[in-house]
Amino acid sequence: MADFETHEFDVLVIGAGGAGLRAAIESAVLGQRTAIVCKSLLGKAHTVMAEGGIAAALSNVYSEDNWRVHFRDTMRGGKMLNNWRMAQLHAQEAPDRVRELEEWGALFDRTEDGRILQRDFGGHRYARLAHVGDRTGLEMIRTLQQRLVALGVDVFQELTVTRLLTDGDRIAGAVGYWRDSGRLVLFRAKAVVLATGGLGKIWAITSNSWEGTGDGHALAMYAGADMIDMEFVQFHPTGMVWPPSVRGILVTEGVRGDGGTLRNQSGERFMFRYIPPMFAAETADSEEEADRWYDDRQHARRTPDLLPRDEVARAINAEVRAGRGSPHGGVFLDIASRRPAEYIKRRLPSMYHQFKELAGVDITREPMEVGPTCHYAMGGMRVDAETGASNVAGLYGAGEVTGGMHGSNRLGGNSLSDLVVFGRRAGMGAAQHAAGLQAVPALDSSQASACDESMEAPFRGDGKENPYTLHRELQDLMQVNVGIIRTDSDMRAALAGIAGLRERATRVKVEGGAAYNPGWHLAIDLGHMLTVAEAATRSALERKESRGGHTRDDFPNASGEFAKVNVVVRRAADGAFSVSQESLPAMPAELQRLFEED
Amino acid sequence: MPTAHLRVWRGTDDGEYVEYEVEYDEGMVVLDVVHRLQATQTPDLAVRWNCKAGKCGSCSAEINGKPRLQCMQRMELYPEGETITLAPLKTFPIIRDLVTNVAWNYDQARAMPELRLRPADADGNRRMAQIDIDRGQEFHKCIECYICQDVCHVIRDHPENMAGFAGPRFFVQLASIAMHPLDTNTRRATVDHGFGLDYCNITKCCTDVCPEGIHITDNAIIPLKERRVDEFHDPLRIIARKLTGRG
Ligand code: SF4
Ligand code: SF4
Ligand code: FES
Repeated sequence: MADFETHEFDVLVIGAGGAGLRAAIESAVLGQRTAIVCKSLLGKAHTVMAEGGIAAALSNVYSEDNWRVHFRDTMRGGKMLNNWRMAQLHAQEAPDRVRELEEWGALFDRTEDGRILQRDFGGHRYARLAHVGDRTGLEMIRTLQQRLVALGVDVFQELTVTRLLTDGDRIAGAVGYWRDSGRLVLFRAKAVVLATGGLGKIWAITSNSWEGTGDGHALAMYAGADMIDMEFVQFHPTGMVWPPSVRGILVTEGVRGDGGTLRNQSGERFMFRYIPPMFAAETADSEEEADRWYDDRQHARRTPDLLPRDEVARAINAEVRAGRGSPHGGVFLDIASRRPAEYIKRRLPSMYHQFKELAGVDITREPMEVGPTCHYAMGGMRVDAETGASNVAGLYGAGEVTGGMHGSNRLGGNSLSDLVVFGRRAGMGAAQHAAGLQAVPALDSSQASACDESMEAPFRGDGKENPYTLHRELQDLMQVNVGIIRTDSDMRAALAGIAGLRERATRVKVEGGAAYNPGWHLAIDLGHMLTVAEAATRSALERKESRGGHTRDDFPNASGEFAKVNVVVRRAADGAFSVSQESLPAMPAELQRLFEED
Repeated sequence: MPTAHLRVWRGTDDGEYVEYEVEYDEGMVVLDVVHRLQATQTPDLAVRWNCKAGKCGSCSAEINGKPRLQCMQRMELYPEGETITLAPLKTFPIIRDLVTNVAWNYDQARAMPELRLRPADADGNRRMAQIDIDRGQEFHKCIECYICQDVCHVIRDHPENMAGFAGPRFFVQLASIAMHPLDTNTRRATVDHGFGLDYCNITKCCTDVCPEGIHITDNAIIPLKERRVDEFHDPLRIIARKLTGRG
């Protein structure tokens, strides 16, 4: 076996965004020897990019709000496909997690009487998002990072994990490499928490950073975990579209929460034409009512600008396709004509800065141009709501790498709260599992050496494929064929394309050495991306309906049959995928009643 | 398509500048050009980045000798045809190409004192007026790009000073702890451990480069220096200040 640097812990957390940090904190507080591993430097994970806020029914702004309303909004936003128990725990526990962040040093914006201020967001009935201007994710990650450091948790930064190790059918650890040297590292652990985040880098237009390559989704599949809802990919309605180099960068929903409105090229507020029946009763049907709603919740219904993200993304897509888009293929997002410049700068400082610096647009004077951008994976590893446990003993998960919490579409603001609610639970679950084991599971050294060989392969051989080119081709393939609007034939074309890329990926050639070599890192990530792209495409083929973040031209309506099932995808050891439909967990009657009231 | 003439540091300490020509598109930032270089000519070129929107602080490098975020420097800022020189941050050891070893900063982070807030009110809330946290929120804008650490002359050419000096980024963190209106963890923040505040002679170089526009010197360092003097001489005053939440 190759020369591995070896470490042993009780609990190994992979990923240091909000979920991973919160999991590691919990595990350490519970007395387990805990380590956290991340691909970037500590504090740079994608959580840092979250802008608008963290959803929690604190009831500081509207006393009518409570966990039941939040639960109901979340389930309806997810088109009822959510794991009800996750949605319930999330709504119940989010307020405590927000207060905990405050205790650890987070400084949220305040109400007049000094409590945590909350803002409006899509799909949330009441102003519910605790926030810090439009840089809430930064506040959250820094707060958790400092807490983690204070607890003395071992941090392995710029280390990429490439495989989980198993002992029979339970987890035994993980292998990876230091990015700065290429040196191989082997972790032996009693429990592993996957908190690796998303997979947006599989699509061409995305808000995700280089890290969002679906590693954790792939690692889970290699280890035999069940994946659910992989067909549901959220295209955030508002990404930047111009200039091309910033295409996809996120524009917070907070712009609309704070009064911004979407317009097409003739200035029309087109969202009024796209109100789906499910939300008609609670959505304003005139501009006058929508504008009144910002100040008067009693007598006006909410603006359709704040429909759930899937609805808004589809509407924008339809406007652009109909030739009513903005000059650069998006639509206009206008807050300049609707709110004073001072207000905009105070509420949305980083949007102001971002457009000014990167697009030369002053958002207090001109409208922004925006369009959908691949943002978030609803699907992922199937986990137990209470503990984050997967079907593989010792393997836990939290955050975007898991599925179930958000159903077919996630509401804005429900991600940051998901991270801390289920990060804590997964940390607890993993710590309890580890505490119940006498010894670290045995190590199968053949697994580790197999990883070593596959990682070295790109340096050897006489292949000529460039990893950057293959990645770009995969992104274009998925964008065109498995994007916002899908059809059977397009998705079959995608599968064929993925197979071709997989074959070419065996001939990837990497230049240079093992020290901080991004081309090599990408070559390794590429294998994960191909696996995840195939799982997502196969799941999407299976779901013959349109729902949430999965819209099919050939099955444009939601189906009663598919309303009852998750699509589950598994990967066998030989690389073959199997896809099946499995019944959703049944919601208890007292919760069901919440949906009968209207 | 315009063409950028780049001189990029390649290798480690004993590396060298290598010149490249890269075509670029309207609206691109320096980081885009570096990525295009990577994808088309130098697949192993080492560079850090994450957000590409000035929010994560990963992509710091010295552009024409000035430390900047590569993702926030539009190509229009540089006259076409002139060579743009890209180098790693000078104050930290080079790992490879544009990537430096910033572990020293994480060591400083480990030495920071913790907050200990007063218990919450009976209803579970903690009340703080917006005006009392405005300053703290300014400090929390820090994206840990370490550009201020890079320019600070206390350490830029004096690695021997790094042992006893936390640097402007961490003075900002200390100030944020010291000025938290509900903190009860008195004195430890600045008094027991000086964090090298005395080395700083208020040149404001750090403030000038902070991409987040944090007034590091005026709002963090100078008040900390004043407190340090106060706290040494008048422990009662600091306790009173903590109790009233006024600084
Ligand atoms: S003001 Fe102080 S901390 Fe800032 S650069 Fe000058 S000496 Fe360094
Ligand atoms: S204080 Fe400013 S310059 Fe220094 S690390 Fe933070 S953001 Fe960067
Ligand atoms: S890439 Fe995040 S600040 Fe430049």
